[in-house]
Amino acid sequence: MSDNGKPKFAMYWAASCGGCEIAVLNINEKILDVDANFEVVFWPVAMDAKYKDVEAMPDKSITLTLFNGGIRNEENEHLARLLRQKSQILVAFGSCATEGCIPGLANLSSTEQIFAAAYDSVSTVNPDGVRPEYAYDIPEGELYIPAFYPVLKTLDQVVDVDYYMPGCPPESHQIAAVVDLVIKALHGEAELPPKGATIGAGMSTVCDECGRKRHVKKVKKFVRIHEVEEIDPELCLLEQGILCNGPATREGCGALCPSAGAACIGCYGPAQGALDYGARLMTALASVIDSNDPEEIDSILDGIVDPVGSFYRFSLPHSLLRAAKPAWTNGSR
Amino acid sequence: MSANGNKNEEGKERIGVYVCHCGSNIAGVVDVKDVAVWAKEEMGDEGVVVARDYKFMCSSLGQELIENDIKELGLTRVVVAACSPHLHEQTFRTAAERAGLNPYLSELVSIREQVSWVHTDKVKATEKAKAVVAGGIERVIQNEPLEPLRVPIHPATLVVGGGIAGIQAALEIADAGHKVYLVEREPSIGGHMAQFDKTFPTLDCAACILTPRMVSVGEHPNIELLTWSEVERVEGYVGNFSVTVRKRPRYVDTELCTGCGICWEKCPKKVIDEVFEVGIGYRTAVYTPFPQAVPKYPVIDTETCIYFQNGKCKACEKLCPTGAIKFDQEEEIVLLEVGNIIIATGFDLFDARRIPEYGYGRLANVFTSAEFERMCNAAGPTDGEVVMRDGVSKPASVGIVHCVGSRDRNYNNYCSVICCMSSLKFAHLVKERTGAEVYNFYIDMRTAYKDYDEFYQRVMGEGVLFVRGRVAEITDATRSPGEEGKLVIQVEDTLAGRQRRIPVDMAILAVGLEPRADAKEVAKKFGISCSAAGWITEKHPKLDPVATMTEGIFIAGAVQGPKDIPTSVAQGAAAAARVLSRISRGEIYLEPIRATVNAEMCSGCRICNNLCPFNAIIFHEDLMVSEINHALCQGCGTCVAACPAGAISGTGFSNEQVLSQIEGLLEFSFAEEPVLMEMTPA
Amino acid sequence: MSEQFEPVIIGFTCNWCSYRAADMAGTARIKYPPNVRLIRLMCSGRLDPTFVLKALSGGADGVLITGCHPGECHYLEQNYKALRRYLLLRRTLAQMGIEPERVKLVWASAAEGVRLAREIGVFVDEVRDLGPLRWPTSLPAVHAEEAKMMEEVAA
Repeated sequence: MSDNGKPKFAMYWAASCGGCEIAVLNINEKILDVDANFEVVFWPVAMDAKYKDVEAMPDKSITLTLFNGGIRNEENEHLARLLRQKSQILVAFGSCATEGCIPGLANLSSTEQIFAAAYDSVSTVNPDGVRPEYAYDIPEGELYIPAFYPVLKTLDQVVDVDYYMPGCPPESHQIAAVVDLVIKALHGEAELPPKGATIGAGMSTVCDECGRKRHVKKVKKFVRIHEVEEIDPELCLLEQGILCNGPATREGCGALCPSAGAACIGCYGPAQGALDYGARLMTALASVIDSNDPEEIDSILDGIVDPVGSFYRFSLPHSLLRAAKPAWTNGSR
Repeated sequence: MSANGNKNEEGKERIGVYVCHCGSNIAGVVDVKDVAVWAKEEMGDEGVVVARDYKFMCSSLGQELIENDIKELGLTRVVVAACSPHLHEQTFRTAAERAGLNPYLSELVSIREQVSWVHTDKVKATEKAKAVVAGGIERVIQNEPLEPLRVPIHPATLVVGGGIAGIQAALEIADAGHKVYLVEREPSIGGHMAQFDKTFPTLDCAACILTPRMVSVGEHPNIELLTWSEVERVEGYVGNFSVTVRKRPRYVDTELCTGCGICWEKCPKKVIDEVFEVGIGYRTAVYTPFPQAVPKYPVIDTETCIYFQNGKCKACEKLCPTGAIKFDQEEEIVLLEVGNIIIATGFDLFDARRIPEYGYGRLANVFTSAEFERMCNAAGPTDGEVVMRDGVSKPASVGIVHCVGSRDRNYNNYCSVICCMSSLKFAHLVKERTGAEVYNFYIDMRTAYKDYDEFYQRVMGEGVLFVRGRVAEITDATRSPGEEGKLVIQVEDTLAGRQRRIPVDMAILAVGLEPRADAKEVAKKFGISCSAAGWITEKHPKLDPVATMTEGIFIAGAVQGPKDIPTSVAQGAAAAARVLSRISRGEIYLEPIRATVNAEMCSGCRICNNLCPFNAIIFHEDLMVSEINHALCQGCGTCVAACPAGAISGTGFSNEQVLSQIEGLLEFSFAEEPVLMEMTPA
Repeated sequence: MSEQFEPVIIGFTCNWCSYRAADMAGTARIKYPPNVRLIRLMCSGRLDPTFVLKALSGGADGVLITGCHPGECHYLEQNYKALRRYLLLRRTLAQMGIEPERVKLVWASAAEGVRLAREIGVFVDEVRDLGPLRWPTSLPAVHAEEAKMMEEVAA
């Protein structure tokens, strides 16, 4: 408890885009409830604070920490461990922290390939081909920058996580609901779910929230959405041959994308019963291919031009394989 | 100690591991003692509290070991490492049950068929045995107690096919006091046996021994005969089948018809009878297939009947004394509720035209065995006279060719079982009715049944000539004066070691047996499987020949594979006995391997809906969720694997069980440090 | 000199056909290499790609999927679903840098014990030629190296 008796709140961004912060701010007036009920002690986007301030806090003194972003480097891991130490409730907030999200796609490449893309490509001016070094000698001594890990990890691959809030970003109305729940729980008016639960999302998948009509599935082709002349606004996208990840993606967003005529890309991660998100999509989509002939099946599968991109766009680091071979063997190292 | 034992303080199961020596079958290759010791030491953290090895786990003493441990040590799980689950899974489940443990908490892993019998390196085999045991232990921890499903059995039975096997089955069940529906595609029951003249080896007249049975069927109060009918659709599951049967219109009112025969006597339209007379005899447009037909009611063939083709004639209607001819009769669809089904649909014959070098269809005096049967039959097209194709001349020499289309990689690779005996029978009949010289051309003589070889010896004694060799060609292209006007059989006489050209007047081809042309459709209709050739697959080729892998559906006779009449009769009776045992129990227990949809997690995406060939998955439009009917579900697990939400779980082979088994199998694989399976970080 | 690499392979069999074929190979005492560890499923249609990924990420060098021949599935047509999933899974594995040849689909009926044993031998040879996969499910040693450097710096 802080001096004014309010529970402490922290939010940190590791390897992320900042969208989760915006989503929190997007809860509009509800932010006043946050301010009324919590003392914000650490939130780099919103206030100035130093790591040593956090290091100085007593253990478990922060009631609630929302940690978004993946663990890309040593600094991210340091903060993850630090905030775990200092927090009672640590929430893996957003797709990056829960399953790796877009930064996790770097797990398809070796460190050398990543650095080459960052430091050698046309958009970078780097005539001497400089690469960041972990340690660097200067006259005053040795400088260090946080070590770059070859494989991006999720928050729970580094520390113990209490709750998971999926989404890229988590929808603001879901964040508002969770804020409400936590405030009620602090006042003893509600119970928090068991540790390890996913909050701010439902038990089933996007299809549950989607209003499109669905029939028995028999897929004869897969097409890219721009290849469809006219998308039927009432009919299930998958039945129109469009690769929609809705069937395997946890509900909670309100099926925003399918409602707008776009295929779900899966930012809310796997449903409750799934161990590997991509595997669920693979099995579901393959099972409903309407053919028994290997050649015909192969030609239908040609319509899925980028399986890993379609099935593991957000969930790669949390999948069973976690990263592609180049990242594990890591080229030169 | 409670019946199912208690987990220990840390919430772990209490597991007993039993490694069988199986005499030296396992112990000769796998160090079973080492495996048991290892299980206790290495897997103790997983919950193994006792690990034993024993000579024969399946013996009563072996089972007692398990039972005593369950009771005294409070075991909550059992793993037996021995032979194949297909042999003894039930044994150890029952042992567990006797000791008060749910039978489905016992696992049997194979280290015999899958390890000791197939590997020679003892070190590697022992390593693999340990991995297999580890897999079993990790799996059994995830097992859940299950209760078998109880299904009531409807006492009526459907028999499909009115040949000798179907007739036998129907009579057995009906005589036991239960209702039978016998569905037959042709206008009369009797099957192929009704076409024969004599049956080997007794030379009984086929009709004489068959027709009394047919009459019994026709008159039996418990048998409802649906001839000229076919099964359209089968729904339901064991004990509760709903079968839709289409009764084709006979255009004869069976309530009025007396079977007097005036209609077919006076019918002006004669056509070749392709079915019963196999194309060498005639019938009329309104006909019964043969005089002793059961039921006696004729049918009208609309394709050839003058009235149906152009509205004229109507002789039968005019002459029928009871006014039984009803041209406006319509087909009838009936729904039968039955508990069990016996399929006895018989066989078709190999089409001899497929072997052009034998000249069937081109050379007049080449006959098939079926044609020759009809010829010999006293009621057949030649009144039982053995004559050549001109219908008059008697042959002076006859060649009988065995294995036509059988034992031949170009056609059917299997032996058709009955052709050697049929060919010997024909040889005898030819000798008896003509003075002809008779040759039998064979590869091997297959006369392996009671009195069969004695029949062979008898026919040899009658002066029939035997040539061992596969006939290469039957031709009318003669080379020498002695061959003029005759058929020449070109054959390698392997015992004499030379080629021979044997001129004959008539050749008889002993064509092989084949599955019915529509066997695959029939199998699909009933939800059973057939081999690539089309013979229906029995549950076990040695020990369960009349059951199929679908509960409640049995098979009898040649539909399962080529066989003779005694075996068909035995199978018909066997299938009937199986059905009767079900009916007398009133209910059966089914393995509780079933899938269930968690409605809360189901999104109603309907991806599973089309994946069940047993139609067990239904979609509730109002609730927008799918549901699985446990009575129809066969437990294949396809929907469990396909659900993108992971909303479908399967008992007996759950995700947790399989994933844990994979972990266990890989846990101890590597000489270097084991690969860690981290699910939560340190 | 290290001994020859021996692959570890997980095999999935179906209760009615391929598992019985494996039993039959045993009854007939046909020998095949001990590298394959078999799991019994009721049907190849039960095969969830998760199982294959679990095996490959868990240390297996290859996965063998077996089932009834097309048209002979005990559950009528479920092996076709296994085929469809297998074809999509292979494409995904290739993108992840895993040779698709490490996962193989073989049909075997209950009577084909000899053939199944031979196919197992062939697959073991194929995977041995591909070399170890040994997917690192714990984090790579490189990270440990960097962690050590951090500790030295902090000291």
